Amino acid sequence: MIPRHQTILFIVLLASSALMAVVLWQLRERAHQRLLSGQDSSPAVAPAVAPAEPATLLVAHDDDGSLLTQLQSLPLPQDPGGRARAILGKLLDLYAAPGSAHPVPGGASSIAQVFLLPAQTSATTGNNAASLPAQSAPATSGRKAHGPPAPALPPDGPQLAVVNLTGAFVASHPSGLETESLTVLSICGTLHANLPRVTQVRFLVDGQTRANLAGHADLTRTYLATDAVPTEGAHP
Amino acid sequence: MDALGRSPVLPLAIFLVASIQLSAAQAPPAPPAAPPPTPRFVVVIDAAHGGNDPGGRLPAQAEKDCTLALSVRLRSLLNARAIPVVTTRESDLTIDQNRRAEIANHANAQACLSLHASQSGAGVHLFVSSLTPDPPTRFAPWKTAQAAWVTRSLALAGVLNSALLHAGMNVTLGRTALPAIDSMTCPAVAVEIGAEAAKGSDPGRPAAAGPEDPAYQASVAEALAAAMLEWRSEAHQP
Repeated sequence: MIPRHQTILFIVLLASSALMAVVLWQLRERAHQRLLSGQDSSPAVAPAVAPAEPATLLVAHDDDGSLLTQLQSLPLPQDPGGRARAILGKLLDLYAAPGSAHPVPGGASSIAQVFLLPAQTSATTGNNAASLPAQSAPATSGRKAHGPPAPALPPDGPQLAVVNLTGAFVASHPSGLETESLTVLSICGTLHANLPRVTQVRFLVDGQTRANLAGHADLTRTYLATDAVPTEGAHP
Repeated sequence: MDALGRSPVLPLAIFLVASIQLSAAQAPPAPPAAPPPTPRFVVVIDAAHGGNDPGGRLPAQAEKDCTLALSVRLRSLLNARAIPVVTTRESDLTIDQNRRAEIANHANAQACLSLHASQSGAGVHLFVSSLTPDPPTRFAPWKTAQAAWVTRSLALAGVLNSALLHAGMNVTLGRTALPAIDSMTCPAVAVEIGAEAAKGSDPGRPAAAGPEDPAYQASVAEALAAAMLEWRSEAHQP
């Protein structure tokens, strides 16, 4: 026979536990609501309509393995990183369009970020796989820099562009020496054509280094922007 | 000294000099320097991918199977022409990129053909390392060892281009960055066979074949073998 006082004590403890569970659940819901209210993604500032500017794209053609110059008129931001991202986005949109001469799915969303850094002069021979500088300066808008302050870009020095591709783009890229090389070279050439200070280009995939694009083109090395030379004149 | 005041050392020195000259005159003439041995002409065939690395996906098979079939076919043709061949793989094996370069470098090859296949593009694509040509050094960095051979690789690509064009194929030339090729210390060219170039809109003509088509592979292998014969004759010219 259980004593009466023990039964009462048990009921009181059980009720207390249930009460504490309810209170904890309510606290959790309040914290969750506070978190959501802090991440309000609704636009607070009206987007500025940038004027359309001419941009030069080096468009790859699989038929003859050529890079043809194509002029486009695009609204481009003033920020160099955002500018590079917008131009490359247009290039990949052309590749994703039906009937493309270099069909690659993905489009503009395949370029996650483009970072611009001071170039290392030792890589100018093209024969070294220079590692990324320890400090990187995200040049795209909308993302905050973490870590130590980035080095200031010299006003007229050569620049290294770090193109961060999405994993989905790499996973869907057709495999082949020619098609992968053309994608890489067209990105390098397009960057250099519109941002002449960009002399070197490196690639990341989802923020990480990756051995190759789709089994062939080496993504561990630093590419010289001058490697991509248009093979013919302007393409209408 | 004798009575005439002459030193006895002088006749001894004259005797020694005369003896040396006499022995030099009587020695048999040195044989003419033998010509340097001609380096053995070896071709390395690198069937790309393999094992856990299937490469690209072709309509009927994986790229690794297509490159292996082409490698076996080309090896047979070169052996029939008395050209020694070293292959990086003879079966479906996973081979590291560095290992491929090691095999080519240890073979002391005069040519290395890295075979690839792709569904994109038409004809045969020839790629040479995009490294900037550098003068040869005694100790070359592993990742850029090909820099000293880029000029020869471009010449090899020219010979391959001529042979493939002579066989009626569509050829594109390019430069690329391939880790295996970049570490090779021999003339090296990556050969990627795409689909056979379209033969016109005449319905009576056969449709363009894919890279896994045996007849198309045979014609490509014949052209590559002919190019290797031409390359050997150029390599043996003084």
